[in-house]
Amino acid sequence: MPPKQTVVLDARAMERTVKRMADEIVELNAGTERLVLVGIQRRGVQLADRLVRAIADAEGVEVPRGALDITLYRDDLQTVGPRPVVGPTSLPANIDGARVVIVDDVLYTGRTVRAALDELADFGRPARIALAVLVDRGGRELPIHADVVGKKLDVPAGERVDVLVSELDGKDAVVLVPEGDAA
Amino acid sequence: MSGRARLGKDLLALEPLTADQIRLVLDTAEPLKEISERAIKKVPTLRGQTVVNLFFEASTRTRVSFEFAEKRMSADTVSIASAGSSVSKGETLVDTARNLEAMRIDMVVIRHGSSGAAQFLAERIQSNVINAGDGTHEHPTQGLLDLLTLRDRFKTLEGRRVCIVGDVLHSRVARSNIWGLKKLGAQVGVCGPRSLLPNAIDELGVEVFDRVEAAIEWAEALNVLRLQLERMQAGYIPSLREYNRVFGITRERLERAPRDILILHPGPMNRGVEIDSDVADGPHSVILDQVTNGVAVRMAVLYLLAGGAPELAEAAKKGRGGDA
Repeated sequence: MPPKQTVVLDARAMERTVKRMADEIVELNAGTERLVLVGIQRRGVQLADRLVRAIADAEGVEVPRGALDITLYRDDLQTVGPRPVVGPTSLPANIDGARVVIVDDVLYTGRTVRAALDELADFGRPARIALAVLVDRGGRELPIHADVVGKKLDVPAGERVDVLVSELDGKDAVVLVPEGDAA
Repeated sequence: MSGRARLGKDLLALEPLTADQIRLVLDTAEPLKEISERAIKKVPTLRGQTVVNLFFEASTRTRVSFEFAEKRMSADTVSIASAGSSVSKGETLVDTARNLEAMRIDMVVIRHGSSGAAQFLAERIQSNVINAGDGTHEHPTQGLLDLLTLRDRFKTLEGRRVCIVGDVLHSRVARSNIWGLKKLGAQVGVCGPRSLLPNAIDELGVEVFDRVEAAIEWAEALNVLRLQLERMQAGYIPSLREYNRVFGITRERLERAPRDILILHPGPMNRGVEIDSDVADGPHSVILDQVTNGVAVRMAVLYLLAGGAPELAEAAKKGRGGDA
């Protein structure tokens, strides 16, 4: 009998959360002027798409959306094997002076965000970079914090938070996966 | 996607690779293309890794392509050409490599005039070895970049008809192409004077065309090989003019084809011999795409070789050539 997964957010709760995050992103940046959302591959990209739609619904403006694959900037490439799969990166033409919001599904150690900051710097010099995450599960290993948080959880190491998005997983949900569960 | 395939310690040839391993390199190269379009064309992936480019044979395109790939992945690189190095003083290949290894290098890219040189080296040193062309054996990264270029245009190589035209006998590019194309499910043809086709060509499972017109009628893409001028002196062909008249890829010939044909050439070109300028610079030429893709493919190979995980490199050494 596998240990039970707990649903933290179901599809409707996730939709409400995304809507609120969209409002907070617009508020944080005092509007949508030069706003760019950059999703981290993979599920950060789908979340960024939803935030773009939510902002369009509320403000009537479609802000540009980029995608960032941070694999080549990871700090553990020398120790993991086999080599992780590299996904596509695409950013709007010019991010100099832009107000970039990095979007990711789960904030944990902070190492992914560190890699994303390094990668963004290779594309230009935004006026400001903020961080929006659907779930902040604690457990930081670097001095990094999120500006916009959908749901704050205190999850012990060993357990996992999975964000499911319908585009990739068939449904929207946030689930807590206990230790030793491979699903 | 290519599942859990991985490369071993070295990239020596396409012949021993599985279709999944080839797809892994192509799928990895695809997103790496974007790096060369950035303002800052560099990712930190291979920081602190040292790569030596050991070129015992003249090469501009391949060497420069490898150097760009290495630099864009942030590796430290040294390029050694045989002229002016201790190689010209009679040092053996293995001594050269062992001396370099004593300076703590991580990877060697080798171009050598003898078939099997890359494998010989790979069996004797710890570093990852990438074959950049060995004799008339293979030129795996050229094969991979040709596959990537064709796949970009055709979406899939399954069932596509690709004909290699020219001096197949002496061509390591032809050999890598034939292996790679067949593994990915393409139909392969070869066309050239019988004197420049290998004796055992029928055993490779390819279509053989004696007339270039027939190859053009059949093919969806032509990979036009460089005609090495020294072949004429060696008596393989009567004259360059004659070769161009019979086997040259000209606009007139292509205009008679039943469809548009993609034109590839590994370079450097002899314009007016194996390929006319009209064709090389024409709308269906992907020759410069090949060059661009070459950098991405080599970045992918550098990334995928198991340099970063010592236990992987060790495992690869024990079970030579395996992908486990």
